[in-house]
Amino acid sequence: MPADRFLRALRGAALIGGCLFGAAAIAADGPTAQPLAADPALEARVLDLSHKLRCLVCQNQSIAESHAPLAVDLRDQVREQLAAGRSENEVVDYLVARYGDFVLYAPPFKATTLLLWLGPAALLLAGAGWLAIRLRRREREAAVSLSEAEHRRARELLAGNAAVPPSSEEPRS
Amino acid sequence: MKAKFLVPLALFLVLVGFLAFGLRLDPREVPSPLIDKPAPAFSLARLDDNSQRFGLEEMRGQVWLLNVWASWCVACRQEHPVLVDLARRQVVPVVGLNYKEVRGDGAIDARRLAPEQELAMAVERARGWLSAHGDPYKLSVLDLDGRVGIDFGVYGVPETFLIDQRGSVRYKHIGPITPESLEKVLLPKIEELKRAG
Repeated sequence: MPADRFLRALRGAALIGGCLFGAAAIAADGPTAQPLAADPALEARVLDLSHKLRCLVCQNQSIAESHAPLAVDLRDQVREQLAAGRSENEVVDYLVARYGDFVLYAPPFKATTLLLWLGPAALLLAGAGWLAIRLRRREREAAVSLSEAEHRRARELLAGNAAVPPSSEEPRS
Repeated sequence: MKAKFLVPLALFLVLVGFLAFGLRLDPREVPSPLIDKPAPAFSLARLDDNSQRFGLEEMRGQVWLLNVWASWCVACRQEHPVLVDLARRQVVPVVGLNYKEVRGDGAIDARRLAPEQELAMAVERARGWLSAHGDPYKLSVLDLDGRVGIDFGVYGVPETFLIDQRGSVRYKHIGPITPESLEKVLLPKIEELKRAG
């Protein structure tokens, strides 16, 4: 039995090791070694802009981070267009015209994204308003004063005099 | 005020409604901004004869499909019989946009290839694939570097664009066309466009 368990552990370790080695091999082999633009200032702009653009293949990565072939192509496009003297906004417009607002990590503020941008604030305001109303109502309830007869009855109850007939009024809960 | 305890339940049901709706959405399907806009112009070498080029204007006045494919694309193989069937019925001309035939194949390091080598390799591979699986295309064009693909907003293969008589993109199908999506979505849209003239 222990030998069996040991063998299983060994197999698990081999599997993990194999995966790590495989991943390392892939990483070493991947198309990561992109030729940098000769101009480091340009390369900084390319990277900066690439971080704001979504890779459409692996959607939770920017085109700066993704190794998907499309991300590499789009990064090349960004580099080429910036090198050709286009502004950041022009490059963004170029990509939005082809892939839609989805390529932008920060969605633009427009009619279709109103709910997205204003929804959280609206929810917060609604919650705060509801809370304010509730608090005010509770305050009003607590502020209700007792009539003279109720005061007397309360005093008698506290004094242990239980022979007081219940009032016809409904007790407040 | 007795129904007050139902409020959390109602809120919960609303939340479930949103989540159920969200489950039905496919985040991989990114809506194309090209719909109802003129298709991007291109001029690419034809697969059957590299010396000739083909562009959008040659299809003017026709309703047609632009199908993005590549021999390395596994889902294209799944889609292919549907296209062959569509071609046999002669409903609509289908133009193939062969997307990054060589560079898209992860097994080949295209950076080591000279442009003419890449072209020759792409032609050989694409033609071989079509003769093995059938050629449903009126013709195919070669988008070796994927530039035209970017212009069309292609982010995965296969994709199919329905283009009208005036050269506007009217519909984009993302992923392989299935017999169901052909009958239920594409064909009705094609008929509608043809009738509208």
